[in-house]
Amino acid sequence: MSAPCVTAIPSMSLFDFAAGREGYYGAYGGCFLPEILTSTITELRDCFRACKADPAFWDEFVEVMRTYSGRPTPVTFLENLSNQLGGARIYVKREDLSHTGSHKINNVMGQGLVCKRLGKTRVIAETGAGQHGFATATMAARFGFKCKIYMGAVDVARQRPNVFWMENLGAEVMAVQDGQRTLKDAINECLRDWVTNMGDTHYVLGTACGPHPFPEMVSYFQSIIGIEARAQILAEAGKLPDRVYACVGGGSNAMGIFQGFLDDAGVELVGCEAGGFGPGPGGHASRLAYKDASLGVAQGYKTYFLQNDDGNMLETHSIAAGLDYIGVNPILVHLWDQGRVRFEAATDTEVRDALRLVMRTEGLIPALESTHAFVRAIAEAPAMGRDEVILINQSGRGDKDIFTVADAIDDQAWKAFIRAKAVDYGA
Amino acid sequence: MALEPYLRARRTRKDLLLMTHVVCGYPSFEDNWRALEVMAEFDVDLVELQFPFSEPSADGPLFARANQRAIELGVHTRDCFAFMARAAARFPFKLLMMGYYNTVFKMGEAVFIEQLAAAGGAGFIVPDLPVEEAGELHRLAAAKDLDPVILMTPTNTDARLARLGQAARGFVYAVARKGVTGTKTAMDEGLVGFIERCRRATDLPLGIGFGVSSRDDIDFLRGRADIAIIGTAALSAWEHGGAPAMQEFFAELLGRTQARGA
Repeated sequence: MSAPCVTAIPSMSLFDFAAGREGYYGAYGGCFLPEILTSTITELRDCFRACKADPAFWDEFVEVMRTYSGRPTPVTFLENLSNQLGGARIYVKREDLSHTGSHKINNVMGQGLVCKRLGKTRVIAETGAGQHGFATATMAARFGFKCKIYMGAVDVARQRPNVFWMENLGAEVMAVQDGQRTLKDAINECLRDWVTNMGDTHYVLGTACGPHPFPEMVSYFQSIIGIEARAQILAEAGKLPDRVYACVGGGSNAMGIFQGFLDDAGVELVGCEAGGFGPGPGGHASRLAYKDASLGVAQGYKTYFLQNDDGNMLETHSIAAGLDYIGVNPILVHLWDQGRVRFEAATDTEVRDALRLVMRTEGLIPALESTHAFVRAIAEAPAMGRDEVILINQSGRGDKDIFTVADAIDDQAWKAFIRAKAVDYGA
Repeated sequence: MALEPYLRARRTRKDLLLMTHVVCGYPSFEDNWRALEVMAEFDVDLVELQFPFSEPSADGPLFARANQRAIELGVHTRDCFAFMARAAARFPFKLLMMGYYNTVFKMGEAVFIEQLAAAGGAGFIVPDLPVEEAGELHRLAAAKDLDPVILMTPTNTDARLARLGQAARGFVYAVARKGVTGTKTAMDEGLVGFIERCRRATDLPLGIGFGVSSRDDIDFLRGRADIAIIGTAALSAWEHGGAPAMQEFFAELLGRTQARGA
């Protein structure tokens, strides 16, 4: 089939802000930053507005993604899995086939173009799983920016392969030792860098969270997923999907694919959060599917946070570093409020089982993050009719998770290999 | 007495006022109390009591770790208010709540203002709450004679400074440079220019903070600012040697051979 048309952004009243409510989606979002960043965030907002108003900018973005990242990514029919489950026909949007292995590159290349327009020469980014840091380091190498990546020390330890690539791409990787030493702490450290170096530095925030305009800007670049996917599923399945599943950490891949279907009332949108060890404070990263989160203001925006009664953040846990985050995209919370997006959680155990099933039946290796979306689709597909269609966003590929997955399934051969390697290096 | 007349009265007898900072519950409330006693010995005029927050993204490493440690030690918002109430009853200086907006938001703005007033606080500094979002909180504060202290920064345009000046009450906290708390600031012509821009935007007393740490800094600010704001440097002294080290720090800072009574 020919490449789907990606020349138009869906009409979205979401971003038509009322006077005095710029950056708000219902009660959520906004811009809560220290005063020192006011001029920087204003400059970014104005620049992004100008980009968005310029059709040539979107065309340039699409062209970069086509020639550099391999877009459009395909939609794949999972015939074996669909037959085995005996319900809905399951299709997958293959963001895992993007350059650097996940949807993160869409946002990063887009912000790289914005950074060029801003005339800045240095980029910083936080990263959890390492996919966003990896993508940012790639973009910086391509565009000639200096690059520093902040990553929680816990994440550095569990996602070493991505650290390896970031460093070899020329980025400096800083292991953050404060707080829980995960994604949220990396974001704090980026904000500290930004308040110091805003003159020449653009902060490439990796997910659709943080202060306005980041939720809007990241969603804008990620909307390329949904625009492609809508045309592709119509061509492949002959109809719109009945349900679309996407994992939700910060929420950028979900916002990306959901935007393609927001105006299609018959398409149910399902956000899949990290259920970790299950409900109860401290054991998961489900802000909406479980009942442990409440409304708060942190890291520059208002949303549901996993926090205690004093407003201090709780520990979070997920098998997937990229979902292990306290807050969630404010646009998704607004859509959840309105009943437009349903939220579910997938536990670590369910994720391990689903990953095994998908690898064996379809030869796909979704990232642990993306596997959360597979869990819910696999759970719900059997009760759906054969004439119904499911679309899953496979936001990233799982080979980066080899150490975590090998641990999770206790793979003896892999462990023996690592022991032998260690002996090699020690010699 | 409200903050502004209090500061103006103090200014008639001192050429530069002093505001200091304590992270509530770090290393302990007993240490905080002893630190306040030292500050009173040195005739400090204002003290910020920082309510610990888990995501202190405007703070440098020393304060960030102090926040984190205080939370690990089990410090709650109610403990901070209780400490403030005890301190307000005992010490001559005025106390300000300093913290991040989520602390205020989570308890509710009206409850926060009530408890701050009940604890004897004079106002609050909430650096991640922009004036655009602060309307209701400032109205509630005004009704209880509490002052919202606004930050002005060198990256602000003159138009923005004017807007900040309109919202400010009590005094203005001018941030001497880009960056987070606890890094050295160059006291130079650039800072003089910034102070002049702030003066044009407000008639309130002007405090200078971020990186003010030495006697030279104090000498530089004398005659240019109304209040020198000392944060990280004092905590750093405390960490090096408790009350005696802090006394030594303030004595050196203020050019005194020995502490004088408040």
